[in-house]
Amino acid sequence: MSQVLPAEGGLRRVIGDGDALPDGEVEGLDAGDLLALYRNLVLLRTYDERSVVYHRQGRIGTYAIFWDHEAMQVGSVFALEDRDWIFPSYRFSAIGLLRGMPVSTVLHWWRGHPAGWWNPEEYGVASICVPIGTHVPHAVGFAWGSRLKGEDRVAIVHFGDGATSEGSFHEGATFAGVMKAPVILFCNNNHWAISTPVEEQTAAPTLADKAIGYGMHGVRVDGGDVLAVYDVTREAATRARAGEGPTFVEAVTYRAAPHATADDPSLYVDEERVAEARENECVGRYERYLTRLGVLDEELAAEIEQEALERMRAGIAEAEAEPPADPGLVFEHAYADPPPGLADDLAELRRVLGQ
Amino acid sequence: MSERFLVEAVNDALHVEMERDPSVLVMGEDVSRLGGVFRATAGLRDRFGEGRCVDTPLAEAGILGTAVGLCMAGWRPVVEMQYDAFSYPALDQLINHVGRYRWRTRGAMAFPLTIRMPYGGGVRAPELHDDSPETYYVHTPGVKVAIPSTPADAKGILTAAIRDPDPVVVLEPKLHYRTAKEEVPDGEHVVPLGEARMAREGTDVTLVAYGAMVPLCERAAVAVEGEASVEVLDLRSLKPLDEGALLSSVAKTGRAVIVQEAPRVSGFAAEVAAILAEKAIFDLQGPVLRVTGYDVPYPYWQIEDAYMPSVERVVDAVRRLLAS
Repeated sequence: MSQVLPAEGGLRRVIGDGDALPDGEVEGLDAGDLLALYRNLVLLRTYDERSVVYHRQGRIGTYAIFWDHEAMQVGSVFALEDRDWIFPSYRFSAIGLLRGMPVSTVLHWWRGHPAGWWNPEEYGVASICVPIGTHVPHAVGFAWGSRLKGEDRVAIVHFGDGATSEGSFHEGATFAGVMKAPVILFCNNNHWAISTPVEEQTAAPTLADKAIGYGMHGVRVDGGDVLAVYDVTREAATRARAGEGPTFVEAVTYRAAPHATADDPSLYVDEERVAEARENECVGRYERYLTRLGVLDEELAAEIEQEALERMRAGIAEAEAEPPADPGLVFEHAYADPPPGLADDLAELRRVLGQ
Repeated sequence: MSERFLVEAVNDALHVEMERDPSVLVMGEDVSRLGGVFRATAGLRDRFGEGRCVDTPLAEAGILGTAVGLCMAGWRPVVEMQYDAFSYPALDQLINHVGRYRWRTRGAMAFPLTIRMPYGGGVRAPELHDDSPETYYVHTPGVKVAIPSTPADAKGILTAAIRDPDPVVVLEPKLHYRTAKEEVPDGEHVVPLGEARMAREGTDVTLVAYGAMVPLCERAAVAVEGEASVEVLDLRSLKPLDEGALLSSVAKTGRAVIVQEAPRVSGFAAEVAAILAEKAIFDLQGPVLRVTGYDVPYPYWQIEDAYMPSVERVVDAVRRLLAS
């Protein structure tokens, strides 16, 4: 059980500041696990920072930045079993990397190439959900359906604070409670839905308060503390497996980067809060914690960063080496058994293209 | 064969398919304890248990959204929308996910779900219990749409929909749930999607219809006997559409009137008319006419008959066409 720090609004946390705030502990993680978490954090951080550069270089399209959102992805996924399923929003587009998905696959997605669309069954990672909050019922249905089949599988669905205003969130959460589905509703409250602050999404004092209305357990955690995120997610998964139903996790951060590459947050954001968040960003925070613990030194950190950079270099090279997709793919995959008109359309397109 | 009302044929199809395939699961509002407000799902809870015949919260987008997740977990959900217009909140899931998810996985995952609902007017019901929403569904890529008009087809089409690897929306004409009985095959009975039915043969005019408009067109055909020999083509399936049957009937008669109870603008009749313009224009001896509902909200039920296509309006269209 991680420590609760009342000074930060009852947010669960583990990592201290090396000074007035003492470090807590999480059971069941050895030095190897602690380093694996670090490697994953660095991988996602590197992915994100390189993607912004690739966008500026015109090598990928519009990109939704997740800088300082790495701890929530890494901590929550590390708490699950491989058979459990992840339902990501577009903000967590690269979460599949934590399940062995190639870097090039996610880059393809942001390059709009068909090779960026994967088989969810291969990784236990559902497709990236673009329409806000509409994947909440999918995770709930998957969890409920798995339990109905007698399978021990948990689902986690990641979404932001703005998603809690959507009808799909409400309906999904309602079903989760009623069906006692083994699902974790993981909400990242980063205080902003593009430019709209969380205070204008809800009059509820906290988003975790919503859990009460759905008859589910709710918990608030420091979303920049990878160990605390791991700990609350593990507890939620344990509860789910025991048939005790869903959990709503509110992971609190402050969005310190633009919503996406096309956004200008200087029009709305609180610069002081941003500076504070950047100072306390999640990878550096964990790095200092591991250093205090004596698990990490500069040499190892540099090595891990190089590994991640190398994976990115290889990933973008692989993505850029992929031949352009065949226009015929436009007609593929929507139907197992397509209506006959589509074949005529394809033939006509081929004729006009002179193929 | 057994004599069954249309809604009984639906119920029979569900029993047969749930027996045959243990991954078929029925879900919706009031489908389990009550057996559905029209009793289409009566008896399923007793026979297959509440795990496979599920009363859900009153949340249509949640119903369809969780059905997507159920597919991912290996189920084959049959979702009931309680009434036509009650399905609109679920369009979010239908358009954003149901029609797209297979494509998103590049064909790796199947979403073999069925959405069935009573549709259509003429039943003296309150507002939003009378709509004919097929256009929304037909217009959604990745989704198939079928509308039976007879008890035997209601069973066979629902069976085909449940077995289909793609999502299928089946609209059931509630006006005819408990009107005429007919002989319905016992046991497994499949009417493949994409095959129209020749409801009545004729040589002068083709009436193109589906669902509750089919028996209406048959009555109109009888009403003009002696003046014209009228063919009635029951499309049964809007997507995939049996273009062959449509074009060969119009090639024979040279005249077409399309009848739908949905509002006119961009309705399915417009699609049929466009197909005839593209592929049958040299067979036509007159304009393609439409008899449809009007572009207004479905009216108060005391005057709903003025909105619904009637035998008189269809007969009038046939006479105008023959005179042109």
